[in-house]
Amino acid sequence: MSTQTVAETNSKVKEVTFREALNEAMAEEMQRDPNVFLIGEEVAEYNGAYKVSQGLLEKFGPERVKDTPIAELAFCGLGVGAAMAGLRPIVEMMTFNFSILAMDQIINNAIKIRYMSGGAFKCPLVVRGPNGAAHSLGAQHSQSFESLYAYWPGLKLVVPGTCKDAKGLLKSAIRDDNPVIFMESELMYGWKGDIPTEEYTIPLGVGDIKRAGKDVTLVAWGKMVDLSLKAAELLEKDGISAEIIDPRTIRPLDETLIFNSVKKTNRCVVVEEGHRFSGVGAEISDRIQQNSFDHLDAPVIRVTQEDVPMPYAKNLEYASIVTPEKVVQAVKKVLYIK
Amino acid sequence: MAAKEKITGINDVDIPADKLRQMYYDMLMIRRLEEKSAQMYQQGKISGFCHLYVGQEAVAVGAVAALSDDDYVMTSYRDHGLALARGMTPNVLMAELYGKATGCSKGKGGSMHLFDVEKNFIGGYGIVGGHLPLAIGYGFASKYRKDNRVTACFFGDGSVAQGAFHESLNMAALWELPVVFICENNMYGMGTHVKRALAHDNIYDQAQAYDMPGYQLIGNNIFDVYLKVKQAGDLARKTGTPTLIEARTYRFRGHSMSDPATYRTKEEVDEQKGKDCLTVLKDALIKEKICKEDEFKEMDSEIKKIVADSVEFSEKSPEPPLDALYEDVFV
Repeated sequence: MSTQTVAETNSKVKEVTFREALNEAMAEEMQRDPNVFLIGEEVAEYNGAYKVSQGLLEKFGPERVKDTPIAELAFCGLGVGAAMAGLRPIVEMMTFNFSILAMDQIINNAIKIRYMSGGAFKCPLVVRGPNGAAHSLGAQHSQSFESLYAYWPGLKLVVPGTCKDAKGLLKSAIRDDNPVIFMESELMYGWKGDIPTEEYTIPLGVGDIKRAGKDVTLVAWGKMVDLSLKAAELLEKDGISAEIIDPRTIRPLDETLIFNSVKKTNRCVVVEEGHRFSGVGAEISDRIQQNSFDHLDAPVIRVTQEDVPMPYAKNLEYASIVTPEKVVQAVKKVLYIK
Repeated sequence: MAAKEKITGINDVDIPADKLRQMYYDMLMIRRLEEKSAQMYQQGKISGFCHLYVGQEAVAVGAVAALSDDDYVMTSYRDHGLALARGMTPNVLMAELYGKATGCSKGKGGSMHLFDVEKNFIGGYGIVGGHLPLAIGYGFASKYRKDNRVTACFFGDGSVAQGAFHESLNMAALWELPVVFICENNMYGMGTHVKRALAHDNIYDQAQAYDMPGYQLIGNNIFDVYLKVKQAGDLARKTGTPTLIEARTYRFRGHSMSDPATYRTKEEVDEQKGKDCLTVLKDALIKEKICKEDEFKEMDSEIKKIVADSVEFSEKSPEPPLDALYEDVFV
């Protein structure tokens, strides 16, 4: 696998899990800036529902690592108000499924306060937590929210796909003066990967080529990056060379990186964990056809979750989610291979 | 409950005469500016939703007088009165209603989204109850920084049915956040009487559920408003304990400019107008010989001139430049 990363800061690396990478990012930023605090359900004494905040209570104390009642609307809104007042809150959603309860606070307050006040306020807020499907969690705990948040001007949306990206992007998100939604994944928390031993950040809005190739462009983010790498390996066996573009942040979107790849490969498949209708992939496909129409040898195809709520039964769940095989099938379609 | 106790009067508050006079002036300013807003709205100069504060002036002015300049003040979309009480100039307020570049939010907020950061007036919010969580965020920040500031959060009776109200009060009490919750119960959430919206319509009783002090007061009595908000503010500053205050008040006009308020009888409205908060304070000022009748006339003409000037200022102000469209989306 050839990886070309923007913030290649040094050669010394260490292996960490995805959750450790996130934990390091928060710990470093809390150390650096006393205005940064973490708030959410079970983040303190329980050390995080998914152990992302392990050890932070001990390190920073109960004023800065704060367990909340189960009241997403209020503790997320509290984060918005505290950010307006000059603090830098990290609001942990136990999962993004519960963020729907806080959506008024995110959309109507966090995102719009700057614009509707004519620039009087900043809202340096990070709302982070796991997004998308895990295993056998059923309809209310397995859904992807990128498109719901990507819709709004004024918000940044980060969806890291590797341990290294997770740490570097979270540090940038915490330092950003705008509200940032930061989406992780239950299934990825245990994944391992190398990160630099030295401190580093990765800027928001800069995508990454996760695999170089020449025959087809796969656009994938979050958990779909790894899945697309698996699909690329399968395709390699058939002599098809796939390039994987990971935008890393949906807003701002590094569309130039996508366009340049499509101009090279002339074919594109967008791999999105969430539903098809009004998905992020629809936006990306639209931008590709607007910008690179003459370079396309086939229509852009989107691979998404099936258009149904997530079922519980293992076989139905597997039939519903995106798989490497579905990606391979889509690639063959844009290459007109039967 | 306050109504059963002795009615708070001018001699129960420790407010110097010049400040009392100023409070009347501020209330009258709100009244006249709102009347002018209505007039300009009818002339098509102001558009969108426009919720007037006429009738409720004593709540904003009495509360602000009891708070420190450093304290944060916020409210719902019925925000003209509180913005003025907090010191926003009529010019930038009216210009915002006009959607002009010189408005307090550069014409991007409108009637419902007034802000004056320097005066610690932190808004003007359009979703019923949606700003209560922000108030506890400010309270949290004050506690975090130990800056000794209090956040006064105003909202209407409609908010009390919202989850945001209950979640915010719970967390404010649980974490001892210095917030004073001031419910302006004007008896109607748009056209729905409070008795048709709340199972229990003595709103201040909700305080018991969250183990915080709760007071009910008659909102046209500015002395009582001042006294209770002062008490609540001091308590919050000293101990972090939040308070819920229910100020029973009444809006003389409809919910917004587009509401003829046919759900209320003329008799009901007339009865309330008979208890006008401006008259209550005026009578007390005369009785205590703080102001003479002539002075009120002078005040009124001075205020009318200032309000007229704000209209002229707004008329002459430029519209926001089109370049501003994409400004202030991100930092």
